[in-house]
Amino acid sequence: MSILVTPQTRVLVQGITGGFGARHTQLSLAYGTQIVAGVTPGKGGQLFENEVPVFDTVAQAVKETGATASAIFVPPAFAADAILEGVEAGLDLVVCITEGIPVNDMVKVKRAMEGKGTRLIGPNCPGIVTPGRGKDSHGGCRIGIAPGYIHKPGHVGVVSRSGTLTYEAVWQLTCRGVGQSTCVGIGGDPVNGTSHLDVVRMFDADPDTHGIIMIGEIGGAAEEEAAEWIGKHCRKPVAGFIAGASAPPGRRMGHAGAIVSGGKGTAAAKIQALKAAGIGVAPTPSEMAETLLKRM
Amino acid sequence: MNLHEYQARQLLSRNAVALPPGDVCDTPEGARTIAEELLAQGARRLAVKAQIHAGGRGKGTFRDGFQGGVKLCVAAADVYDKAKAMLGNVLVTRQTGPEGRLVRKLMVAAAPQIRKELYLAVLLDRGCSRPVIMASTQGGMDIEEVAARTPEKIVREPVDPALGFMPYQARKVAVALALKGEFIGQGAKLLMGVFKTWWECDASLLEINPLCLVDAGDGKEALMAVDTKLSLDDNALYRHPDLQAMRDLGEEAPLETEAAKHNLNYIKLDGNIACLVNGAGLAMATMDIIEHFGGRPANFLDVGGGATRDQVAAAFRIIVQDANVKGILVNIFGGIMDCNVIAAGIVAAVKETGLRLPLVVRLEGNNAHTGRQTLAASDLTLVTGTSMADAARKVVQAVGPK
Repeated sequence: MSILVTPQTRVLVQGITGGFGARHTQLSLAYGTQIVAGVTPGKGGQLFENEVPVFDTVAQAVKETGATASAIFVPPAFAADAILEGVEAGLDLVVCITEGIPVNDMVKVKRAMEGKGTRLIGPNCPGIVTPGRGKDSHGGCRIGIAPGYIHKPGHVGVVSRSGTLTYEAVWQLTCRGVGQSTCVGIGGDPVNGTSHLDVVRMFDADPDTHGIIMIGEIGGAAEEEAAEWIGKHCRKPVAGFIAGASAPPGRRMGHAGAIVSGGKGTAAAKIQALKAAGIGVAPTPSEMAETLLKRM
Repeated sequence: MNLHEYQARQLLSRNAVALPPGDVCDTPEGARTIAEELLAQGARRLAVKAQIHAGGRGKGTFRDGFQGGVKLCVAAADVYDKAKAMLGNVLVTRQTGPEGRLVRKLMVAAAPQIRKELYLAVLLDRGCSRPVIMASTQGGMDIEEVAARTPEKIVREPVDPALGFMPYQARKVAVALALKGEFIGQGAKLLMGVFKTWWECDASLLEINPLCLVDAGDGKEALMAVDTKLSLDDNALYRHPDLQAMRDLGEEAPLETEAAKHNLNYIKLDGNIACLVNGAGLAMATMDIIEHFGGRPANFLDVGGGATRDQVAAAFRIIVQDANVKGILVNIFGGIMDCNVIAAGIVAAVKETGLRLPLVVRLEGNNAHTGRQTLAASDLTLVTGTSMADAARKVVQAVGPK
């Protein structure tokens, strides 16, 4: 088991013929992911890499292929529209990789998604990987831009706002022979579809996940919110790391959401909240896996 | 991107937000002309305000000892003198850092007698993913202080993006600001204009502090936005060419501007260990681990997930321009990118820049083994780190304690 996606999940790619989307679709296909359709308006009827049918709309792709999840690789100006097209087509899951979407576009998207059955991951995220059973975790479900081969099937869930820090944690686990159930990058924007808490709750409910690594960073209060719930309800060991302790206040550290403003969202406050909830906090990013394994 | 006060005023006045009359200038003569006009229109007191992207101007000090980046005057000749003292001078405030900011422009505006100072802001509430109006009767001071000491004196009114800011909400906020009688309507109109400006500009923060009830003569009062701060969402700038044209590169660190040209995300800090990292989260974590081992990071630098050889070379050129840098840590987790490409980029960049500073490199991920071989086979004197911690420890050792 896993959360959000399994190796059987049927995935479509919005923006499959763009440079970035095409490259990562090839990598997902090579990883053994069930990429069943692509969507690029005006290119319906074409075949991507001689195997994946391309459609003009998400609705057509869903109807013809039974896809339930989507990866979005369209440019920022068109991403909000692409997300809502996926929602309207009734997808279970939309993963938006696009970085640089205007915040107010996402404010509108979140409002429009209220009461809808679709879950959004991202935007500005590396996506999701549920590792497969083959060599270098081949045969898994890779939606997004994460390197598939660093994973190993197993029982640790990883959730993070940052891509490379997720890879760092996954690699630390894999190098110690410890596998992952699912790894989720929720994205570095201030308005995103799925929070740390949402993912932690899914991991807690997943019988195949035995421990959780939660990676956070400065800005907002999502880590504090997750920590509070973990302290009260989570039945599984959790280790955490918060990036940005050395960041100056008032500056955006790469991610649009990574900013300490008005004294809120500091690393110190987040670390304190994690510790208060009984979460093992890695003193350095080199010790994320070790901190969890000590508790398992 | 931040805007100047005078630019924010231009945007607010489009939406009929009441402001004290005034204008911007870049010479003492220009300041005097504006002052004469305002005095002729009946202003009795004028404010001369330095236009820089930093708060704390009033309590700031100029490089030559002149006190205060906001001055009150009653005569045009006085405005001229103050403008002469400020223009071309460097203003240091609690927000500028010791290097301060060169003052190139001034605002000269009427400074009516203030009866009451209020606070008003529009920003994103990350908790509910909606815009929120924040208002307080405690204007004219740091809102963070108000939030810490008397949080009950701050009201928050979230806005449903599907409906927009409704007039009844604006009236509710006006009442919460203890406005009465005709000022409920006037206040609500001003609030609607402020929100409209925030939304239309794709702003991230629009702050009016103070929003004032001022003496309007004949025993009357008026509501005015006396000081304004406006920052915009960089992601939305592409759809606002008029706002892009307001960018003041003079207010931005030259190295950061240079980095942006190469699609590098660079932020200069005040330490002495430069870092070059792929990914924003890992870049922050690399700064943290340098501090953890007793060093101080000189910068944040994210070369992105798909960095090329040219970008690595550009990154090196930028970090070595910071004279404080005494050592460099390269931390790459190449998931998809080829570590050997990065290694070749490092070798080329070090040769090109004639780098003599201690350099520690940690390469992990795709083709990392070959990348490490490329580094070893070069005649560079660099140290490799086996992990992030190992690399950070080594660079701190090489540079010495902070």
